[in-house]
Amino acid sequence: METFIGAVINGLALGMAYALIAVGYSMVFGVLRLINFAHGSIYAFGAYMVYFFISIQVGLFWSIMIAIVLSGILAMLVDKLALEPLRKKQSIPIASLITTVGVSFIIQNGLALEQVFTSEKKGFPSLNLFPNIMIGNLTIQSSQIIMFAVALVLLAVLSYIVNKTKIGLSMRATEQNARAASLMGVNTNFVISFTFFLGGCSAAIAGTLISGYYQIISPTMGATIGLKAFAAAVVGGIGVLYGSVVGGLVVGVVECIAAQYLGSNVRDPMAFVILILILIIKPNGLFGKKGVSKV
Amino acid sequence: MMLKITDLNVHYGFIHALKGIDMEVNEGEIVTLIGSNGAGKSTTLGAISGLVKASKGKIEFEGENITNLPAYKVVSKKISLSPEGREVFPALSVEENLRLGAFTRSDKAEINQSFERVYDLFPRLKERIKQPAGTLSGGEQQMLAIGRALMSRPKLLLLDEPSMGLAPNLVLMIFDLIESINKQGTTILLIEQNANMALSVAHRAYVLETGKISLSGDAKELMNDPRVKSAYLGEIHET
Repeated sequence: METFIGAVINGLALGMAYALIAVGYSMVFGVLRLINFAHGSIYAFGAYMVYFFISIQVGLFWSIMIAIVLSGILAMLVDKLALEPLRKKQSIPIASLITTVGVSFIIQNGLALEQVFTSEKKGFPSLNLFPNIMIGNLTIQSSQIIMFAVALVLLAVLSYIVNKTKIGLSMRATEQNARAASLMGVNTNFVISFTFFLGGCSAAIAGTLISGYYQIISPTMGATIGLKAFAAAVVGGIGVLYGSVVGGLVVGVVECIAAQYLGSNVRDPMAFVILILILIIKPNGLFGKKGVSKV
Repeated sequence: MMLKITDLNVHYGFIHALKGIDMEVNEGEIVTLIGSNGAGKSTTLGAISGLVKASKGKIEFEGENITNLPAYKVVSKKISLSPEGREVFPALSVEENLRLGAFTRSDKAEINQSFERVYDLFPRLKERIKQPAGTLSGGEQQMLAIGRALMSRPKLLLLDEPSMGLAPNLVLMIFDLIESINKQGTTILLIEQNANMALSVAHRAYVLETGKISLSGDAKELMNDPRVKSAYLGEIHET
């Protein structure tokens, strides 16, 4: 029983971090109807920036802050340099999609360059900032609690931004009808940049939290987790913020339970098993809106 | 003169949609642009509001050149478009739609005044304040689109087919409202397929035919012009 509860707790903590990555997919999908496959590489970039600034003796807190901002800017630049030109030319949606895949490889391999961080795995500082909590035979690591709490707070902040602020209102308007939004005075290019920025920031935070838990980073770390979080976003209903949270938690908990009882090789495919099962039953995801198509 | 359009040309790829249009709107007027489907009416409003690029020509508003200014900047010049087909934000509430209309403004007290003004004009919107715009009837959506355009407190209001798809009694109501909005001091440029109604409320009119202005003048005189009568008012012209 304790191993089961342990797996669930582990899954909830990881799942919350997945949710933080998933909302990035969801928000960008909302405004552009585009799956941003570069998102996972931004997640890795964020973790590497924390690693880098700590290695040059910037303190943990400021390293994380700088990494968050830089990742947000990188995500925004990806859009400005690679995607916005395609939108201006009104190219086919699939062109943007393959571009994001390409950008993800460029960032990932950029990190792996011999002159940069090399392809070797690096140690990442532990985020066990306070003593672990023991309940009977059950140990809850402080990094798990931090991961859960920080992700929860940030998701609440994101939800506040989207639903209660002026920029959030302009994001929702752009999502529904970019042309009409521009007639209201909304600079839709700014809204899109801002959305990428928010997504990049949350990916970097998730990257830091998860790396602080596993205490290891590698340039390809974003590939699998990025796809899992994408699966979580689709499971919850892409474009719906709380859907990403539920999707992330479901994926996190199920994969941890599966890993506990069926072995760790079962962990990574679980997200996609869930994805396939949910989509068969609910084609738009758990909370998805109907009629949202395009790539 | 409030709005001055000189030799306006618009191309959609190889299609030459507007072929050198000249028109003017004076402060306080209701000016209407009539013409059949595809004549270029919506394109003209699109070019003014920044949705469509002009390939040649000039659009001046209050002496300032606004040609090819992006749409989101045109709004802050106090020009506002209620687009064809309403284009309200279906998943947002009536209130949020109106709030977006005031996006370029920041003074809360003044924005609240505009809310009151819109609710005075359209009491039905006030009843549905929290309802998603997509659940409104066609007439209510039209009211919302006009109300939303008024929220930026425009000097010039561009209306694209406000009566389209509405029941006859609603059409009358919308045109009454257009007149009262104008009497409250907003200049209006109106596009309509319902030429009869449009000419009856307008001061002046332009007739657009395949991208060119073919006739212009006093609205009441145009109403009696045999060419307009036979082409747009559905009356048989006796020769």
